Amino acid sequence: MEQNFIRKLIFDEKTRALLIQTLVIGIFAVLIYLVTKQTAYNLEKRGIGTGFEFLNIAAGYDISISLIPYDSNDTHLRAYFVGLLNTLMIAVCGCFLATIMGFLVGIIRLSSNWLFRNIAYVYVEFTRNVPVLLQIILYYTILLHLPKVKQSIIIFDSFYLSNRGLFSPAPIFKDGFSVVIGSLIVMIIFTFFLKKFLKKKQELTGKQYPIFLINSALIIFTPIIFYYLMGMPLEFDHPVMKGFNFKGGMVIRPEFLGMLFGLSIYTAAFISETVRSGIISVSKGQREAAQAIGLKANFIMRLIIIPQALRVIIPPLTSQYLNLTKNSSLGIAIGYADLVHGFGGISLNQTGKAIEIMLIVMSTYLTISLTISFFMNLYNKAVQFKGNI
Amino acid sequence: MEQVIQLEKVNKWFDDFHVLKDIDLTVTKGQKIVVCGPSGSGKSTMIRCINRLEAHQKGQIVVHGTELTNDLKNIDMIRKNVGMVFQQFNLFPHLSVIDNITLAPIWVKKLPKKEAENIAMTYLEKVKIPEQAQKYPGQLSGGQQQRVAIARSLAMNPDIMLFDEPTSALDPEMIKEVLDVMIQLAEEGMTMLVVTHEMGFAKTVADQMIFMDEGRIVEQATPDEFFNNPKSDRTKLFLSQILNH
Amino acid sequence: MTPNTSPYLSPNKMLNWSKKNLFSSWVNTIMTVIALIFLYEVGTFFLNWAIFKADFINNFRGETITDRTFCSKNIEVGQHGACWAIIFVRFHQFMYGFYPVEEAWRVNLVYAFLPFALIGVLFDKLPLRRVFLYFTFAFPFIAYFMLYGGPGLSVVATNKWGGLLVTLFLGVTGIALAFPLSILLALGRRSNMPIVKSICVVFIEFIRGVPLITLLFTANVMLPLFLPEGVKPDNLLRALVAVTLFQSAYMAEAIRGGLQAIPKGQIEAAQSLGLNYWQTTRKIILPQALKIAIPPIVNTCIGLFKDTSLVLIIGLFDLLGIGRAALSDITWTKLYYEVYVFVSLIFFIFCFGMSRYSLYLEKKLKTDNS
Ligand SMILES: Nc1ncnc2c1ncn2[C@@H]1O[C@H](COP(=O)(O)OP(=O)(O)OP(=O)(O)O)[C@@H](O)[C@H]1O
Ligand SMILES: [Mg+2]
Repeated sequence: MEQNFIRKLIFDEKTRALLIQTLVIGIFAVLIYLVTKQTAYNLEKRGIGTGFEFLNIAAGYDISISLIPYDSNDTHLRAYFVGLLNTLMIAVCGCFLATIMGFLVGIIRLSSNWLFRNIAYVYVEFTRNVPVLLQIILYYTILLHLPKVKQSIIIFDSFYLSNRGLFSPAPIFKDGFSVVIGSLIVMIIFTFFLKKFLKKKQELTGKQYPIFLINSALIIFTPIIFYYLMGMPLEFDHPVMKGFNFKGGMVIRPEFLGMLFGLSIYTAAFISETVRSGIISVSKGQREAAQAIGLKANFIMRLIIIPQALRVIIPPLTSQYLNLTKNSSLGIAIGYADLVHGFGGISLNQTGKAIEIMLIVMSTYLTISLTISFFMNLYNKAVQFKGNI
Repeated sequence: MEQVIQLEKVNKWFDDFHVLKDIDLTVTKGQKIVVCGPSGSGKSTMIRCINRLEAHQKGQIVVHGTELTNDLKNIDMIRKNVGMVFQQFNLFPHLSVIDNITLAPIWVKKLPKKEAENIAMTYLEKVKIPEQAQKYPGQLSGGQQQRVAIARSLAMNPDIMLFDEPTSALDPEMIKEVLDVMIQLAEEGMTMLVVTHEMGFAKTVADQMIFMDEGRIVEQATPDEFFNNPKSDRTKLFLSQILNH
Repeated sequence: MTPNTSPYLSPNKMLNWSKKNLFSSWVNTIMTVIALIFLYEVGTFFLNWAIFKADFINNFRGETITDRTFCSKNIEVGQHGACWAIIFVRFHQFMYGFYPVEEAWRVNLVYAFLPFALIGVLFDKLPLRRVFLYFTFAFPFIAYFMLYGGPGLSVVATNKWGGLLVTLFLGVTGIALAFPLSILLALGRRSNMPIVKSICVVFIEFIRGVPLITLLFTANVMLPLFLPEGVKPDNLLRALVAVTLFQSAYMAEAIRGGLQAIPKGQIEAAQSLGLNYWQTTRKIILPQALKIAIPPIVNTCIGLFKDTSLVLIIGLFDLLGIGRAALSDITWTKLYYEVYVFVSLIFFIFCFGMSRYSLYLEKKLKTDNS
């Protein structure tokens, strides 16, 4: 009887699974218990309390780049948001630039010109096989050794590049610009439905519509028309040299530029590879694909193929965006005031709340990652089920 | 007669899809049973339940007096005594033919390697491809692969062999070489449960024919009666389709 | 792949080749000209800087360079290129960090035997592979003894380690330790035990969702908080813990990809023969899954190898960290580009080599399967 019981416990598929899982939970519970107990003891001994009250204490340090008003009297919580916004800003800008560069390089990699093709290949191999941190530091060093403000490099008469960063005209939005933006948003939504409508019609009547061209034209030209209709409600404040520095305009600091270049040049190499393989997989046969640029007709073909290839490209592209966002945490190496640098670094050192702060920082990144993955999965499902997007 | 397999009111569901409905079946030692029926009728599911590749939810399956339950020891014991041959061969592509065959004797029966290899060679000779011993599955034809799969099962020295459409993934010229091996096995007295649509094979070998449809055993009879005087209309329709084909 | 990619054929073919690949149309011709000008400009600039106008050991006056003031470019401003002397003079640091000079032979010995430890893992058709694999398993212990010291060898604490030694140590050890862990995670993620599965999923997704730097910070700051007082893991070990956990999550996903590619029939065949879960896993599933998963695994290894440079942020001196240390030395400061180019080159050699190997495996896998 007893033997039967033991036998059932060990050899029954279900009870065994239960047993193993209980054991796993048990081990975890014990581990967590031991660690928490030890941590509490250690913290007490060092006189560090726990809790999140510190978030409401004045941070006491300055942050060089801030999208929202901030000074050293503001709280750690506000410093957190400043850092978070800076992280998001560099991530968004980086993804944007990386995408443009990546697509460009990816297409050049398929150029019919042997030299272009191989120059792009060398670029890809050199940038993706060198740590992004090293590249960020390198580009930042180059930026810091640009000419002084007085001898700024002038680009297009309105941008001034110097070792203090890039001085550029600042946009001033006047009344009515929101209408232009509004028209853009409305158009994007409209074209989405138009596409569905035309697809349906196409299925019913068999008549083919150049959906992509129609929609691109709508999205590009409608805001332009509205811009002129509203009396061009956008002006620029140009930077002017006054004494040793510029007045007016806006400045993009070298830390930001260093991060931007490092992240986007590095990520663009990976993006270009996904673009390249995406295009190859869509255009029939590699031989045909290898004749991209160089011929006008082929270039147009490329423009038609890319929208199709997007479906293949977008999943790996999002994972590159994720990587870029995570890599933006390297700002600390050159003093870019992102989440890890300010809140995760300086706040941590000042308050000593290592556990709380790392918890907040990690959860933040986790939230960003999971959000991106979530939309990624939605997209994948949409592609899988409808077969078309 | 010694009963080796008993199925009693066996029911199985895939989620809410009722695949097997009150299956009753008894197999005695040395018996050869051929199972046929339309696609999706549950033939594979039934024989896969017999060595617990699928778990049934209601009813009883008893093999050699041991009931199949969640008990892993019993499952292991039954699997050691019941061989299975699949439609897709399922040879291990990373192992050579001889390693495919000796794998289970060495790791399950704990035989010394040398002895396992001797056994493997015996069975390879039995299926008439001893010269392929050192090759990899990818280098063999379909018929050869299926014969290796049979030898692999036999090497565990089972008393019962289950076959799930062993020839339906084969080109016509290879079907015979596999069926010949199976016929020889039948002649040696192996207990066999075979899902197949090879009616010629059924007529020469089977003691009993089973016809399944929509998860039920619709008809069970001797081949003579089954082919010449089927009782159910469903069977008649099926036979007319398959024989005129 | 384009046809006729190789220009090294007969003159006639060469003409054809260049017609097709360089001058197929006037746009193409213009592009060729632009590319040639670009290559010429960049090429001459870089070659002059890096080689023809550069200092290596002596400056243009023939003096041996012992600090930055001897660099030609600091004597005749604007006339000269790189001053590689910083690399030569501080070569020991780049390779070994602050490892005692008279003990450096121990590191060299480890470096020399590293290829032998790897070769058995990398090439499956190697003669005597078994012997090499035994060596692979013994190597970590030998290497640890050689590097750290013990009976018969003086102890060199890990805070003396640096440069390539730290980069390789974190890379190789991190990967080696992460490998078994990642297999367990990948298997766990496919397990049908809900609790085991969720633990693995949460672990993997958590690690993949946060930047490595936050893990390094956590390990650095919090590990001492978690552990009893007496136990104080040194900084290198803390970094190793973070790196290993990080790598195991990424590797687990690569392996999961391989596991998914194994047809269900393989498992069923093994089960029907009476093999149990672990036997099926060890003998049937893993050998096949790992073979498929090796190229993506190697790619994660390349990523990790590059990411080891992050440890400089928590104050370790890896290759890049040593470079930065060299730059902050007042006698050598300002030779940024020399240092960064040199460090980049070393990383490039390792990573590019690994990526070639991964390509070779992918090709091999394709031919093996067809
Ligand atoms: N793992 C599974 N999950 C859900 N449904 C399944 C599963 N396996 C089989 N089925 C369904 O169960 C039914 C019976 O399947 P089974 O494979 O037993 O049929 P069969 O008689 O062997 O058919 P065939 O002649 O095509 O092999 C089918 O409708 C099939 O779709
Ligand atoms: Mg079937």
